[in-house]
Amino acid sequence: MKWLNIDKSDRMLLVIFVLAVLFAPIIMEPIGGGYPDLLQKFAIFGVFAIGYNILFGLTGYLSFGHAAFLGVGSYTAVWTFKLLTMNVIPAIILATVMGGIFSLAIGYVALRRSGIYFSILTLAFAQMSYNLAYSVLTPITNGETGLQLRQQDARVIDGMFGVERTDALPSTDLFGLAMSGWSGYYFCGVILILMFFISLRIFRSPFGIMLRAIKSNQNRLSYTGVNTRPYTLAAFVISGMYAGLAGGLLAVTDPLAGAERMQWTASGEVVLMTILGGAGTLVGPVVGAGVIKYFENIFSAFNHGILLDAFSFLPEALQQAFATLFGLFVGEGWHLTLGALFMLIVIFLPGGLMEGVNRIKNVIRRRSSSSGPPPTTDVSVKAGE
Amino acid sequence: MSILSVKNVNKRFAGLKALNEVNLEVEAGTVHAIIGPNGAGKSTLLNCFVGRLIPDSGSVTFDGTSLLGKAPHEINQVGVSRVFQTPEIYGDLNLLENVMIPTFARRDGAFKINAWSAVSDEHDIKAQAISSLEDVGLLDSAGVTASQLSRGDKRRLELAMCLVQKPKLLLLDEPTAGMARADTNSTIDLLKTIAETGITMMIIEHDMHVVFSLAERISVLAQGTVIVEGLPDEIKGHPKVQEAYLGGAQL
Repeated sequence: MKWLNIDKSDRMLLVIFVLAVLFAPIIMEPIGGGYPDLLQKFAIFGVFAIGYNILFGLTGYLSFGHAAFLGVGSYTAVWTFKLLTMNVIPAIILATVMGGIFSLAIGYVALRRSGIYFSILTLAFAQMSYNLAYSVLTPITNGETGLQLRQQDARVIDGMFGVERTDALPSTDLFGLAMSGWSGYYFCGVILILMFFISLRIFRSPFGIMLRAIKSNQNRLSYTGVNTRPYTLAAFVISGMYAGLAGGLLAVTDPLAGAERMQWTASGEVVLMTILGGAGTLVGPVVGAGVIKYFENIFSAFNHGILLDAFSFLPEALQQAFATLFGLFVGEGWHLTLGALFMLIVIFLPGGLMEGVNRIKNVIRRRSSSSGPPPTTDVSVKAGE
Repeated sequence: MSILSVKNVNKRFAGLKALNEVNLEVEAGTVHAIIGPNGAGKSTLLNCFVGRLIPDSGSVTFDGTSLLGKAPHEINQVGVSRVFQTPEIYGDLNLLENVMIPTFARRDGAFKINAWSAVSDEHDIKAQAISSLEDVGLLDSAGVTASQLSRGDKRRLELAMCLVQKPKLLLLDEPTAGMARADTNSTIDLLKTIAETGITMMIIEHDMHVVFSLAERISVLAQGTVIVEGLPDEIKGHPKVQEAYLGGAQL
């Protein structure tokens, strides 16, 4: 009997993943990342990137418009808070559903083309959505200011259950448990684990193998009797729902939604996350999301003073020189560090950080097997290792 | 009984008449070869069978159903599989996965979201794929990534991918193109064993050695029309055929 219907090696992966999420506060503490606001971002963008990877990593369709679904998810969640209840469950469910509906509409049109034309179509749709949110649909999105909670919002369901109105703005909760600080992180963490599990099942399923066949040779697949369009559309909608959910979670931890969430730079960011971590691998996108959010939050916080401290063991002239040189890459310049890292990875590890991990694993395996019997060749069907 | 029937097919490309009133009958259970000089319209004709091209006029009927206007995947689902001139395989996947994909396509049809079951539980599909790999002699490298195969082995893999679907008609577009002599001979042997199972095959081929080793019936295409059709022995010395192949040089 298979436990959760996954294979032994995947079970191991899942257990490690769960442990990493649970103990992230302790693991991240030494490198200055052990606080809930940052870890929450890791988890939320992890969900976003895992979903994006189902489209880009498996089918190879490069979408430049997934931030649109993220934004739709955020707006939906905030409206749910305003109109129905401050409980987060309806908000994230509706955010996921709306992400799905929007991606179905956009995917239906964009997937008529492939390659660069598909990418451009998704980019165009995302920019249209951004502009709609920014100006045209101001009554719904509150335009430039962004959609915010107000005291006098309806909150129909909360009203029915007799939740008291106070002078302060209400905060999001899960059946009474406030979604801030560590409870907020663990809520996002549990969702991340759940979404990782779903993606694992998709990767190992016949549906997943069909998606990989699309990436490898779509022509052959259609001459094999498979109608490829609905498969790509299904992958597109699934990734759109993941993006909607991630957008909903963003609103859960900070209940406001702005149009900038839908901008093309945000769409580009998820592409970077996926490639940096390893497109088509299971864990890679989460790692990529973590690395990028870490750089964004930690490196941008460094300043000249911290660098001077770090180089205090050097003679003063050198200390100043080093601090000035490295100062270019931190603070406002953290994008430079990220850019340099991205270049190094794409050039030396085209498979992303996970390729690096696998190379190290292989070296260790070879070392240890040289003393023991040679490893048996095992024919198996595995993706994302 | 004819399984594929082509009647008065015409196809024109911007002034060039690629196919001109082509008529063809392929008998079930036979190996039918189509030969002809370069530019005779062989590949155009084949593309009309698999849905890549739609003829301007005429009819293509397979097993009682018209193939015209059908998409490639629909044509495959009625039982026509095709081997390409340059092997079309899934280069990033291993051989076993390569053969499991067409097996899934045969069982699940053109579209089915089967996202919650595990591939490793599909013992039946896996067994079929393994037996098909064994038939073409590639079982030992089942775990190898397909792009690492030699050209000859890629062709064998593609054959395994087609045969696992148990097609009623197997279309082969120059199955030995670009192969060394030894590879060609082993491919001929393989195709002979496949033909013995009673499957209908249509081969488009340049290499006369291959054609005369395999074909039970031959149609000669020249300038978009079938000029002669008959048994291999009738074709061999036919004056019209020799004329079509560059001024009557000896075949």
